Amino acid sequence: MSKLEVKNLNMHYGDFHVLQSVNMPIAQHEITAMIGPSGCGKSTLLRCFNRMNDLIESAKIQGEILLDEKNILVKETNLIKLRKKVGMVFQRPNPFPLSIYENVSYGPKIHGEGKKRVLLEIVQKALEDVLLWDELKDRLKDSALSLSLEQQQRLTIARLLAVQPEVLLMDEPCSALDPISTQRVEELMFQLKEKYTIVIVTHNMQQAARVSDRTGYMLLGRLVEFDETQKIFTNPKHKETEDYVTGRFG
Amino acid sequence: MKEKLIQKSLFLIATSAISILVLITFFIFKEGSPLFLKKGFFSVVFGSDWSPIEGHFGVWPFIVGSIWVTVGALVLGVPLALACSIFLVEFAPKKLRLWVKPAIELLAGIPSVVYGFIGVVILVPLIRVYFGGTGFSVLASSVVLAIMILPTIIGISMDSLSAVPPSYREGSLALGATPWQTVYRVVLPAARSGVLASVILGMGRAIGETMAVIMVAGNAVRIPGALTDSVRTLTSNIALEMGYAIGDHRMALFATGIILFGFIMVLNISANLLTRKK
Repeated sequence: MSKLEVKNLNMHYGDFHVLQSVNMPIAQHEITAMIGPSGCGKSTLLRCFNRMNDLIESAKIQGEILLDEKNILVKETNLIKLRKKVGMVFQRPNPFPLSIYENVSYGPKIHGEGKKRVLLEIVQKALEDVLLWDELKDRLKDSALSLSLEQQQRLTIARLLAVQPEVLLMDEPCSALDPISTQRVEELMFQLKEKYTIVIVTHNMQQAARVSDRTGYMLLGRLVEFDETQKIFTNPKHKETEDYVTGRFG
Repeated sequence: MKEKLIQKSLFLIATSAISILVLITFFIFKEGSPLFLKKGFFSVVFGSDWSPIEGHFGVWPFIVGSIWVTVGALVLGVPLALACSIFLVEFAPKKLRLWVKPAIELLAGIPSVVYGFIGVVILVPLIRVYFGGTGFSVLASSVVLAIMILPTIIGISMDSLSAVPPSYREGSLALGATPWQTVYRVVLPAARSGVLASVILGMGRAIGETMAVIMVAGNAVRIPGALTDSVRTLTSNIALEMGYAIGDHRMALFATGIILFGFIMVLNISANLLTRKK
């Protein structure tokens, strides 16, 4: 069964048709990668999964996105619950200008957890999951902005894990990081996929090939091809996909 | 050659503008500070007897008066101004913001005598009827000042709220926070230094304001005991008595100016430090 299922999704920014009849399943406990040239709509698609596009006034969406078989695009969807279930990691690490502890405990706090002891446990668990606990356990009061970019990105992932989501959306999570940090974040993703369903948007085809189980190739708002990652990169069905993954285009 | 001439003359103009300010400051201190030497610093600052004819120059009542009306203005004005700027930056539709912000800035351009006049005609009678006393009071001055500092606080705090990176808001919303939680827990802390600076600059404006306060404050020389009591501020004291002050009395007014100068310097420096500490 798919964790997420996109059905005939269309989206417009004003007159611009950004997503054109997209259909795709996203399987549980797998990493699904979205690749394609800039402006192809892959980030936009990602932002449909937690309804972040609602912030854009001119955006109009038709179609269905089923999360655990329930359409999240209907008006009655509780955005707070949805975003608690479907969390997002952004392109540039965006820790809040608060302490490390406050960053990670932010989510549980806004969702009503008030006990200091419980919060500390959650913070420790989340930081352990992103392999930051040993580095940071003595400086939880320091500003999160004092961390390196890689640590900041791990911290934003920890901040997300602290609200116990089910799906992680990652919008080019490594584009601000150097190759070694990128490798470490990718290793982290491998560990996380055992517990979570991950959708990653990436510019970096090697990254998609390395980390993902399935890959979708998007071009000009269409999902050209969606298949197992191996097939996309070694034996794509469409000429357009082949041109892109072999580097002839894009 | 021509280039040099322009540079030289610009330099001359710039230095003369600055030196005028320096000279004024120097003049105030030269005229006022002998009083501190003559009467003793503490007896001037903390003396509560101001009777120029007998040679008593205690400015304490005016210091207290200035503090009263300023605190009153902040208590009334700051919550209004902050609520307004938060609403306009975070919740209002863009179109509304584009209209309202210039309108609020326009408020800053209304001469203070007009605010004072409105205060005399509307506010003072209202206070007389509902709270007793003559109506010329701490309360009236605070309300007028609260309105006058709104544009300063709203303008600057709107700027600092808008300067908070959208990625903070996105990050918070994406964690399932409500818009208000986002504002309260992320945006406001991020904009804290700018917002505080706006409040301090508003405070400076309130302490320095003269005309509007003279018109509604009653100006009695005594330490006010209640909100409905008449009050005289440091600035009002100078403006009211300068017409007939000579000798030590004149010196005492300049001394009042020095104290005021000290207040404003402290406020502006702290505002500067706060905004720079980003």
